[in-house]
Amino acid sequence: MSDQPILRVIAKMFIPFLMLFALYVQFHGDFGPGGGFQAGVIFAAALVLYALIFGTEQAKRVAHPQALQLLVAFGVLLYAGTGVAGILMGGNFLDYGALDHHDPVHGQHLGILLVELGVGITVTTVMTSTFFIFSARKKP
Amino acid sequence: MLEMTDLVDLALLLFLAVLAITIAKQRNLFVVVIVMGFYSLVSAALFTVLDAVDVAFTEAAVGAGISTVIMLATLLMVGTEEKTPSQPRILPLLAVVVTGAFLVFGTLDMPHYGDPQAPIHQHVAPRYIEVSGDEIGVPNIVTSVLASYRGYDTLGETVVIFTAGVAVLMLMGQALRFRQRDGDA
Repeated sequence: MSDQPILRVIAKMFIPFLMLFALYVQFHGDFGPGGGFQAGVIFAAALVLYALIFGTEQAKRVAHPQALQLLVAFGVLLYAGTGVAGILMGGNFLDYGALDHHDPVHGQHLGILLVELGVGITVTTVMTSTFFIFSARKKP
Repeated sequence: MLEMTDLVDLALLLFLAVLAITIAKQRNLFVVVIVMGFYSLVSAALFTVLDAVDVAFTEAAVGAGISTVIMLATLLMVGTEEKTPSQPRILPLLAVVVTGAFLVFGTLDMPHYGDPQAPIHQHVAPRYIEVSGDEIGVPNIVTSVLASYRGYDTLGETVVIFTAGVAVLMLMGQALRFRQRDGDA
Protein backbone atom coordinates (compact mmCIF):
# COMPACT_ATOMS: atom_id res chain seq x y z
CA MET A 1 0.00 0.00 0.00
CA SER A 2 3.07 2.24 0.06
CA ASP A 3 2.17 3.83 -3.29
CA GLN A 4 -0.83 5.65 -1.81
CA PRO A 5 0.34 9.10 -0.65
CA ILE A 6 -2.79 9.90 1.38
CA LEU A 7 -2.52 6.71 3.45
CA ARG A 8 1.21 7.24 3.93
CA VAL A 9 0.86 10.83 5.11
CA ILE A 10 -2.10 10.15 7.40
CA ALA A 11 -0.41 7.07 8.89
CA LYS A 12 2.80 9.01 9.45
CA MET A 13 0.83 11.68 11.29
CA PHE A 14 -1.14 9.21 13.37
CA ILE A 15 1.44 6.60 14.40
CA PRO A 16 3.50 8.81 16.79
CA PHE A 17 0.33 9.93 18.56
CA LEU A 18 -0.95 6.35 18.76
CA MET A 19 2.31 5.29 20.41
CA LEU A 20 2.31 8.29 22.73
CA PHE A 21 -1.29 7.56 23.71
CA ALA A 22 -0.32 3.92 24.38
CA LEU A 23 2.46 5.09 26.72
CA TYR A 24 0.01 7.49 28.40
CA VAL A 25 -2.51 4.68 28.95
CA GLN A 26 0.33 2.49 30.27
CA PHE A 27 1.81 4.89 32.81
CA HIS A 28 -1.32 6.87 33.66
CA GLY A 29 -3.29 3.69 34.45
CA ASP A 30 -3.01 4.44 38.19
CA PHE A 31 -5.08 7.60 37.73
CA GLY A 32 -7.21 7.21 34.62
CA PRO A 33 -8.75 4.30 32.77
CA GLY A 34 -6.34 1.84 31.24
CA GLY A 35 -3.33 -0.22 32.15
CA GLY A 36 -0.91 -2.69 30.67
CA PHE A 37 -3.35 -4.67 28.57
CA GLN A 38 -5.00 -1.64 26.97
CA ALA A 39 -1.66 0.07 26.37
CA GLY A 40 -0.25 -3.12 24.87
CA VAL A 41 -3.00 -3.53 22.30
CA ILE A 42 -2.87 0.17 21.32
CA PHE A 43 0.90 0.03 20.88
CA ALA A 44 0.57 -3.18 18.86
CA ALA A 45 -2.13 -1.55 16.72
CA ALA A 46 0.31 1.28 15.94
CA LEU A 47 2.99 -1.22 14.88
CA VAL A 48 0.47 -3.18 12.77
CA LEU A 49 -0.67 0.05 11.09
CA TYR A 50 2.97 0.86 10.32
CA ALA A 51 3.47 -2.63 8.85
CA LEU A 52 0.31 -2.34 6.73
CA ILE A 53 1.28 1.00 5.21
CA PHE A 54 5.06 0.74 4.93
CA GLY A 55 5.42 -3.02 4.44
CA THR A 56 6.19 -5.90 6.80
CA GLU A 57 9.90 -5.91 5.93
CA GLN A 58 10.26 -2.27 6.93
CA ALA A 59 8.30 -2.96 10.15
CA LYS A 60 10.54 -5.92 10.99
CA ARG A 61 13.52 -3.57 10.95
CA VAL A 62 11.77 -1.48 13.63
CA ALA A 63 10.45 -4.40 15.69
CA HIS A 64 12.80 -7.30 15.08
CA PRO A 65 10.88 -10.64 15.31
CA GLN A 66 13.59 -12.30 17.41
CA ALA A 67 13.62 -9.37 19.84
CA LEU A 68 9.81 -9.58 20.01
CA GLN A 69 10.00 -13.28 20.92
CA LEU A 70 12.44 -12.54 23.75
CA LEU A 71 10.21 -9.71 25.02
CA VAL A 72 7.13 -12.04 25.02
CA ALA A 73 8.83 -14.05 27.75
CA PHE A 74 10.42 -11.00 29.40
CA GLY A 75 7.02 -9.44 30.17
CA VAL A 76 5.78 -12.52 32.03
CA LEU A 77 9.13 -12.86 33.82
CA LEU A 78 8.97 -9.19 34.88
CA TYR A 79 5.50 -9.78 36.37
CA ALA A 80 6.41 -13.04 38.11
CA GLY A 81 9.80 -11.60 39.09
CA THR A 82 8.08 -8.71 40.87
CA GLY A 83 6.09 -11.33 42.79
CA VAL A 84 9.24 -13.26 43.71
CA ALA A 85 10.92 -10.01 44.75
CA GLY A 86 8.07 -9.62 47.23
CA ILE A 87 8.99 -13.01 48.76
CA LEU A 88 12.70 -12.15 48.89
CA MET A 89 11.92 -8.85 50.65
CA GLY A 90 10.04 -10.78 53.35
CA GLY A 91 6.44 -10.66 52.16
CA ASN A 92 4.15 -12.99 50.24
CA PHE A 93 4.18 -13.69 46.49
CA LEU A 94 2.91 -10.57 44.66
CA ASP A 95 2.76 -8.65 47.96
CA TYR A 96 4.06 -5.32 46.68
CA GLY A 97 3.82 -3.70 50.09
CA ALA A 98 6.95 -5.65 51.05
CA LEU A 99 8.95 -3.98 48.26
CA ASP A 100 9.43 -0.88 50.41
CA HIS A 101 9.80 -1.52 54.16
CA HIS A 102 9.48 2.14 55.13
CA ASP A 103 6.36 2.93 53.11
CA PRO A 104 4.18 -0.01 51.97
CA VAL A 105 2.02 2.32 49.82
CA HIS A 106 5.15 3.34 47.92
CA GLY A 107 5.93 -0.37 47.47
CA GLN A 108 2.42 -0.90 46.08
CA HIS A 109 3.00 1.89 43.54
CA LEU A 110 6.30 0.37 42.44
CA GLY A 111 4.83 -3.13 42.21
CA ILE A 112 1.81 -2.02 40.18
CA LEU A 113 4.07 -0.02 37.82
CA LEU A 114 6.29 -3.05 37.21
CA VAL A 115 3.56 -5.67 36.73
CA GLU A 116 1.59 -3.37 34.41
CA LEU A 117 4.78 -2.83 32.41
CA GLY A 118 5.20 -6.61 32.22
CA VAL A 119 1.62 -7.05 30.98
CA GLY A 120 2.10 -4.24 28.43
CA ILE A 121 5.33 -5.74 27.05
CA THR A 122 3.88 -9.25 26.71
CA VAL A 123 0.62 -8.07 25.10
CA THR A 124 2.37 -5.76 22.61
CA THR A 125 4.87 -8.38 21.52
CA VAL A 126 2.38 -11.30 21.33
CA MET A 127 0.02 -9.22 19.16
CA THR A 128 2.81 -7.96 16.89
CA SER A 129 4.45 -11.41 16.55
CA THR A 130 1.09 -12.97 15.68
CA PHE A 131 0.54 -10.33 13.01
CA PHE A 132 4.02 -10.88 11.53
CA ILE A 133 3.46 -14.66 11.38
CA PHE A 134 0.06 -14.34 9.71
CA SER A 135 1.27 -11.71 7.24
CA ALA A 136 4.20 -13.93 6.23
CA ARG A 137 1.91 -16.81 5.21
CA LYS A 138 1.06 -16.97 1.52
CA LYS A 139 -1.76 -18.71 -0.26
CA PRO A 140 -0.84 -22.43 -0.40
CA MET B 1 -40.13 5.86 31.78
CA LEU B 2 -37.32 5.55 29.27
CA GLU B 3 -34.35 7.80 29.84
CA MET B 4 -31.97 9.12 27.21
CA THR B 5 -29.22 6.63 28.11
CA ASP B 6 -31.70 3.75 27.80
CA LEU B 7 -32.52 4.89 24.27
CA VAL B 8 -28.81 4.98 23.41
CA ASP B 9 -28.37 1.49 24.90
CA LEU B 10 -31.37 0.17 22.98
CA ALA B 11 -30.20 1.68 19.70
CA LEU B 12 -26.72 0.21 20.11
CA LEU B 13 -28.08 -3.23 21.10
CA LEU B 14 -30.45 -3.19 18.13
CA PHE B 15 -27.55 -2.26 15.87
CA LEU B 16 -25.55 -5.18 17.31
CA ALA B 17 -28.41 -7.58 16.59
CA VAL B 18 -28.71 -6.33 12.99
CA LEU B 19 -24.94 -6.72 12.49
CA ALA B 20 -25.00 -10.23 14.00
CA ILE B 21 -27.80 -11.34 11.64
CA THR B 22 -25.90 -9.80 8.70
CA ILE B 23 -22.79 -11.80 9.70
CA ALA B 24 -24.81 -15.01 9.98
CA LYS B 25 -26.53 -14.59 6.62
CA GLN B 26 -23.57 -13.34 4.63
CA ARG B 27 -21.63 -15.95 2.55
CA ASN B 28 -18.81 -13.66 1.41
CA LEU B 29 -16.18 -13.96 4.15
CA PHE B 30 -14.52 -10.65 3.24
CA VAL B 31 -17.80 -8.86 4.02
CA VAL B 32 -18.16 -10.96 7.19
CA VAL B 33 -14.74 -9.85 8.48
CA ILE B 34 -15.45 -6.18 7.80
CA VAL B 35 -18.90 -6.36 9.44
CA MET B 36 -17.32 -8.09 12.45
CA GLY B 37 -15.04 -5.07 12.70
CA PHE B 38 -18.14 -2.86 12.82
CA TYR B 39 -19.64 -5.18 15.44
CA SER B 40 -16.58 -4.69 17.64
CA LEU B 41 -16.70 -0.93 17.18
CA VAL B 42 -20.38 -0.79 18.19
CA SER B 43 -19.56 -3.06 21.17
CA ALA B 44 -16.84 -0.59 22.14
CA ALA B 45 -19.39 2.25 21.99
CA LEU B 46 -21.74 0.19 24.19
CA PHE B 47 -18.94 -0.44 26.73
CA THR B 48 -18.23 3.31 26.77
CA VAL B 49 -21.90 4.03 27.53
CA LEU B 50 -21.70 1.44 30.34
CA ASP B 51 -18.67 3.36 31.79
CA ALA B 52 -16.35 0.41 31.07
CA VAL B 53 -13.79 2.55 29.25
CA ASP B 54 -10.96 0.05 29.76
CA VAL B 55 -12.93 -2.69 28.03
CA ALA B 56 -13.91 -0.27 25.26
CA PHE B 57 -10.23 0.54 24.60
CA THR B 58 -9.41 -3.13 24.29
CA GLU B 59 -12.43 -3.99 22.16
CA ALA B 60 -11.72 -1.14 19.73
CA ALA B 61 -8.00 -1.92 19.40
CA VAL B 62 -8.24 -5.74 19.28
CA GLY B 63 -11.70 -6.42 17.88
CA ALA B 64 -11.95 -3.66 15.31
CA GLY B 65 -8.23 -3.34 14.68
CA ILE B 66 -5.76 -6.18 15.05
CA SER B 67 -8.07 -9.20 14.77
CA THR B 68 -9.69 -7.75 11.62
CA VAL B 69 -6.25 -7.43 10.04
CA ILE B 70 -5.28 -10.97 11.10
CA MET B 71 -8.55 -12.42 9.76
CA LEU B 72 -8.04 -10.59 6.46
CA ALA B 73 -4.56 -12.14 6.27
CA THR B 74 -6.18 -15.54 6.91
CA LEU B 75 -8.64 -14.92 4.05
CA LEU B 76 -5.66 -14.53 1.71
CA MET B 77 -4.89 -18.18 2.49
CA VAL B 78 -8.36 -19.74 2.57
CA GLY B 79 -10.31 -17.71 -0.03
CA THR B 80 -13.33 -15.51 0.56
CA GLU B 81 -16.32 -17.71 -0.37
CA GLU B 82 -18.05 -19.76 2.32
CA LYS B 83 -19.31 -23.15 1.09
CA THR B 84 -23.13 -23.25 1.08
CA PRO B 85 -24.60 -26.27 2.85
CA SER B 86 -26.21 -28.84 0.52
CA GLN B 87 -29.34 -29.32 2.64
CA PRO B 88 -30.94 -27.27 5.43
CA ARG B 89 -29.56 -28.41 8.78
CA ILE B 90 -32.21 -28.81 11.50
CA LEU B 91 -30.02 -30.16 14.31
CA PRO B 92 -27.67 -27.13 14.58
CA LEU B 93 -30.70 -24.77 14.56
CA LEU B 94 -32.32 -26.83 17.33
CA ALA B 95 -29.10 -26.79 19.39
CA VAL B 96 -28.79 -23.00 19.01
CA VAL B 97 -32.44 -22.35 19.92
CA VAL B 98 -32.34 -24.64 22.99
CA THR B 99 -29.04 -23.16 24.23
CA GLY B 100 -30.38 -19.64 23.67
CA ALA B 101 -33.58 -20.45 25.55
CA PHE B 102 -31.55 -21.80 28.50
CA LEU B 103 -29.39 -18.65 28.52
CA VAL B 104 -32.45 -16.39 28.55
CA PHE B 105 -33.97 -18.59 31.29
CA GLY B 106 -30.71 -18.20 33.25
CA THR B 107 -30.89 -14.40 33.12
CA LEU B 108 -34.28 -14.48 34.90
CA ASP B 109 -32.45 -15.27 38.16
CA MET B 110 -29.91 -12.49 37.73
CA PRO B 111 -30.22 -9.20 39.64
CA HIS B 112 -31.66 -6.29 37.70
CA TYR B 113 -29.34 -4.15 35.58
CA GLY B 114 -27.65 -1.53 37.76
CA ASP B 115 -29.18 -2.87 40.99
CA PRO B 116 -27.04 -1.56 43.91
CA GLN B 117 -28.26 -4.47 46.08
CA ALA B 118 -26.82 -7.05 43.67
CA PRO B 119 -24.55 -9.60 45.44
CA ILE B 120 -21.48 -8.50 43.46
CA HIS B 121 -21.78 -5.00 44.98
CA GLN B 122 -22.19 -6.39 48.51
CA HIS B 123 -19.23 -8.81 48.72
CA VAL B 124 -15.70 -7.35 48.60
CA ALA B 125 -16.44 -4.25 46.52
CA PRO B 126 -17.34 -2.02 49.53
CA ARG B 127 -14.02 -2.90 51.18
CA TYR B 128 -12.07 -2.04 48.01
CA ILE B 129 -13.86 1.32 47.84
CA GLU B 130 -13.35 2.04 51.57
CA VAL B 131 -9.70 1.14 52.13
CA SER B 132 -7.91 0.81 48.78
CA GLY B 133 -7.03 4.51 48.93
CA ASP B 134 -5.09 3.94 52.18
CA GLU B 135 -3.75 0.46 51.38
CA ILE B 136 -2.70 0.92 47.75
CA GLY B 137 -2.80 4.70 47.34
CA VAL B 138 -3.86 4.54 43.69
CA PRO B 139 -6.83 6.73 42.68
CA ASN B 140 -8.05 4.23 40.05
CA ILE B 141 -9.64 1.44 42.08
CA VAL B 142 -9.87 -0.77 38.97
CA THR B 143 -6.07 -0.69 38.76
CA SER B 144 -5.77 -1.45 42.51
CA VAL B 145 -8.01 -4.49 42.15
CA LEU B 146 -6.51 -5.80 38.90
CA ALA B 147 -2.85 -5.31 39.67
CA SER B 148 -2.70 -5.70 43.46
CA TYR B 149 -5.71 -7.33 45.17
CA ARG B 150 -6.23 -9.68 42.20
CA GLY B 151 -2.59 -9.80 41.16
CA TYR B 152 -2.68 -13.61 40.92
CA ASP B 153 -5.54 -13.50 38.41
CA THR B 154 -3.81 -10.90 36.28
CA LEU B 155 -0.60 -12.94 36.35
CA GLY B 156 -2.70 -15.89 35.15
CA GLU B 157 -4.16 -13.78 32.33
CA THR B 158 -0.71 -12.64 31.27
CA VAL B 159 0.45 -16.27 31.22
CA VAL B 160 -2.60 -17.15 29.06
CA ILE B 161 -1.60 -14.46 26.54
CA PHE B 162 2.01 -15.66 26.70
CA THR B 163 0.91 -19.28 26.09
CA ALA B 164 -1.32 -18.27 23.17
CA GLY B 165 1.52 -16.29 21.61
CA VAL B 166 3.99 -19.15 22.06
CA ALA B 167 1.47 -21.61 20.57
CA VAL B 168 1.00 -19.43 17.47
CA LEU B 169 4.77 -19.01 17.15
CA MET B 170 5.37 -22.76 17.45
CA LEU B 171 2.52 -23.90 15.18
CA MET B 172 2.70 -21.36 12.37
CA GLY B 173 6.21 -19.94 12.73
CA GLN B 174 7.61 -23.47 12.63
CA ALA B 175 5.65 -24.43 9.50
CA LEU B 176 6.93 -21.28 7.84
CA ARG B 177 10.54 -22.17 8.63
CA PHE B 178 10.11 -25.69 7.17
CA ARG B 179 8.62 -24.29 4.01
CA GLN B 180 11.52 -21.90 3.58
CA ARG B 181 13.98 -24.78 4.08
CA ASP B 182 12.12 -26.84 1.47
CA GLY B 183 12.26 -23.87 -0.86
CA ASP B 184 16.04 -23.58 -0.44
CA ALA B 185 16.64 -27.28 -1.12
